[in-house]
Amino acid sequence: MTDDTGKVHPTPHLDQLEAGPWPSFVTGLKRLRDSTDKQYAPMMNDLLGQLEHSYTNRLGYWKGGTVSVFGYGGGIIPRFSEAADKFPASKEFHTLRVQPPAGYHYTTDLLRKLCDIWEEYGSGLIAFHGQSGDIMFQGCTTENTQKAFDALNEIGFDLGGAGPALRTSTSCVGHARCEMSCYDEVRAHRSVINNFLDEMHRPALPYKFKFKFSGCPNDCVNAIHRSDFAVIGTWRDDIKVDQEEVKAHVAKVGRKYMIDSVISRCPTRALSLNDDDTLEIDNRSCVRCMHCINVMTKALKPGDDRGVSILIGGKRALKVGDLMGTMIVPFMKLETDEDYEKLVEFGGKILEFFAENALEHERIGETMDRIGLPAFLEAIGVEPDPNMVRHPRTSCYVRTDDFTEEAEKYFERKKFERAAKAPGYSEAAE
Amino acid sequence: MTEAKATPRRPDEVGVPDPFPLMHPVLRKNYGQWAWHDRPRPGVLHHVAKGGDEVWTVRAGTQRQMDVHTVRKLCDIADEYAEGHVRFTTRSNIEFMVSSFEKVPALIQKLQAEGFPVGGTGNSVSMISHTQGWLHCDIPGTDASGVVKSLMDMLHKEFVAEEMPNRVRITTSCCQVNCGGQGDISINVQYTKPPKINHDLVANVCERPAVVARCPVAAIRPAMVNGKPSLEVDEKKCVCCGACYPPCPPMQINGADSTKLAVWVGGKHSNARSRPTFHKLVVANLPNNPPRWPEVEEVVRKILYAYKENAKDWERMGEWIERIGWPRFFELTGMAFTKHHLDTWVGARHTMNMSTHVHF
Repeated sequence: MTDDTGKVHPTPHLDQLEAGPWPSFVTGLKRLRDSTDKQYAPMMNDLLGQLEHSYTNRLGYWKGGTVSVFGYGGGIIPRFSEAADKFPASKEFHTLRVQPPAGYHYTTDLLRKLCDIWEEYGSGLIAFHGQSGDIMFQGCTTENTQKAFDALNEIGFDLGGAGPALRTSTSCVGHARCEMSCYDEVRAHRSVINNFLDEMHRPALPYKFKFKFSGCPNDCVNAIHRSDFAVIGTWRDDIKVDQEEVKAHVAKVGRKYMIDSVISRCPTRALSLNDDDTLEIDNRSCVRCMHCINVMTKALKPGDDRGVSILIGGKRALKVGDLMGTMIVPFMKLETDEDYEKLVEFGGKILEFFAENALEHERIGETMDRIGLPAFLEAIGVEPDPNMVRHPRTSCYVRTDDFTEEAEKYFERKKFERAAKAPGYSEAAE
Repeated sequence: MTEAKATPRRPDEVGVPDPFPLMHPVLRKNYGQWAWHDRPRPGVLHHVAKGGDEVWTVRAGTQRQMDVHTVRKLCDIADEYAEGHVRFTTRSNIEFMVSSFEKVPALIQKLQAEGFPVGGTGNSVSMISHTQGWLHCDIPGTDASGVVKSLMDMLHKEFVAEEMPNRVRITTSCCQVNCGGQGDISINVQYTKPPKINHDLVANVCERPAVVARCPVAAIRPAMVNGKPSLEVDEKKCVCCGACYPPCPPMQINGADSTKLAVWVGGKHSNARSRPTFHKLVVANLPNNPPRWPEVEEVVRKILYAYKENAKDWERMGEWIERIGWPRFFELTGMAFTKHHLDTWVGARHTMNMSTHVHF
């Protein structure tokens, strides 16, 4: 029973996913199937047929392959059906991974243009957005892939990453609509990614490499675990406190609730509620976790000396086990043009290290584990810092005959850092 | 290159598009200049800029995999009831920005009338982040959109309210690669049987040394089977992770009955209060039961409501469990603690209780 006969595949399993209050993707797929004046209607009928087939047999029926557009080696996810004998119209159902505007901002005008293009060349099915951050235009024949890309490229969109390459990035809403944002995420995101597009479009890295940009330690784009290079906003100076707003908050929620929900939740016991309901903060003990700022959005704000922490090596299970990004740069100021250039330069240095040193199919977090953090730091030219560890080593299996020289280097660095500190930074007397 | 034959168009390598021309004008004007925010009601954010400008954002859930008609409907709503600018969140919610609070009620009403739930803000259960599944992935053990649709039907009332102790982030993944990521609750495929090998195809389809290298427990070795070069699996060593399947599709890891689902808890990315954490196993071997996965739904419901009823304000799932202890968690949720909860991977010893701290 194929589209040749004009018949609609029965979908008894999928039909059950049309009930209930949440918007149904099945209803959407059926709308496409029933748009009989459109080129994609037969394709979507067979797609629904194959999906129902999967629901019946509890198995998937897609296989990969090789499809690309002229000039690029990646960005298209090829899908060929293994059940094409039953569902020939959706035999080829490739995805175009397309990089969205930083921060996922759209005008309705632009979204309509995307729909028109995908209605002409594709299946009419779009995912906003995939887990890497791409707009996923799902369902395109091999023949139409180039045409769809050309049309999208003409209105300013570019393909994202796939395979062993730099991947599409994401950044949080940040500066555009969030008072907690500690740097210009759009600028960082676009400066870094657009500088290394060659690594995205022509896959030649040992394995995937992801950057993600979050404006503060709330990490709304999940950078710490879902990226190899996490850029997370932070600040060095004191939390900004409006004591009148603190008092207003205490008056509203009550003193006990304030203590239970804010004061005692501080992970480093840096908060204390004064007798007059103002807040005392031990800023040198604060770890910038964001909790008190999240709860008291009017009273508290990140400080003024803002920048980013950079954590490297986050990934999921395969194959050494899950890794969170590890603190490599506790603070990089991000304010001036030079600061942003420095970030791009550092990103390039890490990419280059990865390209030259990682084994095939090894993420940079695994490379770091394999060679050890001291060798990694030496390779990328970063000095050790106590913020990189939860605690110093507990194992005695290490050769320390140059400990004294290393200690001297540390004291030299501290001297230099103190001299270089920007004026206005309040450092406690030492 | 003067032949009549059309030369292919060269791509314009524009990279990440510039969002500023697309951004709502109040957001663009106050870029980096926001002062504070509050939430007048679930699903609505109110941001105030240092200069006094205000913007209201109405957040609504979508099905993520959207047909063009749905996208156009959302555009129609944005044009008629909002101001023509939208954005999406990491969890596939759509946001409509308006510069006047007066526009909010009608916008909410219209979204609800068209079937888009308004919510997902503050301490709610937001949309489940999910993957592709049977709809489009080449290695899926289950569907993604269907699992998510089933669960979000159940969770709808928690999406439109802000009644959880803290935000709840749920993820799903259709294989153990876990593209859905970490979550307060994660529903992930967990294979239970070693791959079934089609020895006729291995030599032609798979780069055998790469497949051998991919195995995390060194259970795969080259072998001649029926006179053909192939691969064999030491089934006693195999942990059924499926890592060999993507580079070698003839090593089928999925089976209609052997592909199961596991539920994990306590993952978190935010640094708020406690450090970011990985999710931990609660229950495995749940049946892969389309189209509605009722057994999974039941487990998620039990965990979610045990959390809702017992956690203190601002405790994320993992922080709540940290306080009450795992014995109490298993007791409150009615789940079993087994030998499979004892980690055996690299660093496992650090997950054990090396103290006399116990909960009774």
